Amino acid sequence: MSGLSSVFATCRAERRAALIGYLPAGFPSVEGSKDVLRTMVSAGCDIVEVGLPYSDPVMDGPTIQRASEEALRGGFRVRDLFGVVESVAAAGGRAVVMTYWNPVLRYGVDAFARDLAAAGGLGLITPDLVPDEASEWMAASEAHGLDRIFLVAPSSTEERIDLTARSSSGFLYATSVMGVTGARDVVSSAAPALVKRVREHTSMPVAVGLGVRSGAQAAELASFADGVIVGSAFVSAVAENRVAELTAELAEGVRQVPAPA
Amino acid sequence: MSPGQLAPTPHDPDEHGHWGRWGGRYMPEALIAAVDELAAFYEKARVDPDFLDEFARLLRDYAGRPSLLTEAKKFAEHAGGARVFLKREDLNHTGSHKINNVLGQALLTKRMGKKRVIAETGAGQHGVATATACALMGLDCVIYMGEVDTERQALNVARMRLLGAEVIPVKTGSRTLKDAINEALRDWVANVDDTHYLLGTAAGPHPFPVLVRDFHRVIGIEARAQVLEQAGRLPDVVAACVGGGSNAIGIFHGFIDDPSVRLVGLEPGGDGIDTDRHGATLTVGTPGSLHGAMSYVMQDEDGQITEAHSISAGLDYPGVGPEHAHLKDIGRAEYRPVTDAEAMEAFALLSRTEGIIPAIESSHALAGALVLGRELGPDGLIVVNLSGRGDKDMDTAIKWFGLGASS
Repeated sequence: MSGLSSVFATCRAERRAALIGYLPAGFPSVEGSKDVLRTMVSAGCDIVEVGLPYSDPVMDGPTIQRASEEALRGGFRVRDLFGVVESVAAAGGRAVVMTYWNPVLRYGVDAFARDLAAAGGLGLITPDLVPDEASEWMAASEAHGLDRIFLVAPSSTEERIDLTARSSSGFLYATSVMGVTGARDVVSSAAPALVKRVREHTSMPVAVGLGVRSGAQAAELASFADGVIVGSAFVSAVAENRVAELTAELAEGVRQVPAPA
Repeated sequence: MSPGQLAPTPHDPDEHGHWGRWGGRYMPEALIAAVDELAAFYEKARVDPDFLDEFARLLRDYAGRPSLLTEAKKFAEHAGGARVFLKREDLNHTGSHKINNVLGQALLTKRMGKKRVIAETGAGQHGVATATACALMGLDCVIYMGEVDTERQALNVARMRLLGAEVIPVKTGSRTLKDAINEALRDWVANVDDTHYLLGTAAGPHPFPVLVRDFHRVIGIEARAQVLEQAGRLPDVVAACVGGGSNAIGIFHGFIDDPSVRLVGLEPGGDGIDTDRHGATLTVGTPGSLHGAMSYVMQDEDGQITEAHSISAGLDYPGVGPEHAHLKDIGRAEYRPVTDAEAMEAFALLSRTEGIIPAIESSHALAGALVLGRELGPDGLIVVNLSGRGDKDMDTAIKWFGLGASS
């Protein structure tokens, strides 16, 4: 069982969803991101997604765009990522990396997998790499024992959900809305339908992301998903100095016993 | 339009859009259904007589095709005496080759039942062409344009707005073409149900590189027949500017099966490729994935995309269409950089010698022809794709040459 599978197994045993928090490495600084991620781990994130800041983040809304730009302006380098992952692992956290594909290509797919595994990272979430183009990553992830987290979207056909599920390990990332990252007031009604469709193809855990910012929203998602992914809200919380508070609120949310349907 | 303009060729990519290692789909899953749908509609349309007739009618009766092939004798005196013929895409409606592709994609948009079109634009040529096609066909139109480009191409912004399009200045990143594409992709993923992304160059995820190329193949088909009629032989060289590479791939394909014809793409060399201010992606770029396809890109050692620099907004792009990467790799086409200064010199030279003010983009191809002509000598024959007219570039010309009222 991979490190990620065991997290979801534990959460299932506790009849709750896993809380997955995102932060770009290097935001607000390399050392600052280590501090924030450690806080997220200690306050209740079961898994953290360490983002790799990228020059052209087409799947991100303004909040994460700005944080990525700030990290890059601050001199963030890809090699700094592995130190951030290592610091999460050293604090007892479970880290996966979320990255656009080009920096991995440039680093070398196998070298990236090797260095991520060596730093204690458990897998990679790839928002702009679909399984169709992932043969090199398939081989590298097998070789270095990393989980592959691909995304499914409300627009995915049954055929593509099946392909994506078969290509993934650890968990599946379901984007709750058609759109970019960013906190929203209302959790999309598309999410339950998507998760239901996914479950017809796989028993793998399904985590839902895009738009979550409150404990109430987390509780709503936890009623039908195995994991709740929160990104932009953590980025905003850094400036407001309320990361621990937000984590606690969300951790409570994923533990709420779902109301009978 | 020549029959068979859209017909499959031996040079098509595989079913996943790959030419060798290039092309493909490096993009979010959320958009895969949309590009699958587009590919399916296009595969039907490219062999559907009704679609082909409608497209041909629009190119003839609306865009004004066929465009002329004009011999530039006085300009050629500066090109080592080689004969130089200009493929006059500048004479098309809206002033550039871009109209070919937008009419094709706007027809596809209607076939798919979508009501809204979004597009990126650099110089504004593609934006104007898109706004034009949307006005003609009654489609809602939103154009994303880097804020830097809205400033240097203010006239085109006004044209798009007059045509009924909404122009959104993009203020993120380098505020140029690549950021406009990023913003258009963000819009598309949120609105894909009713929206077609009318991509303006032969790049992006499959099937865009194929369908944009095919809609521009008319340029090469016409040019080949015209040069055979006027000069009695095939050219030694076909020259075209390459930013994303749509006008180049369109004219190249007319000659791709003529092994004696050299295909030469001229890239924006900016201040020079030994500086960090240029956009010569094929000359000095490295393999990477950008905006949905694997191709050559301008990037740093971390894989961060770097900013391109060119005096020409339409060539100011750190990527290039994947088929060009393939043609470079297999040696079928060659690519050379042209500096801002060389392009502006050719811009002025064509204006003075032939009474034709070219787009600064196309001036890169003209500058390349001056050098290639000297290499070929008086027996040489070059066809240059004059991809657009230069009216939109007068602000840049005023600054570069000091043409203001006081001088």
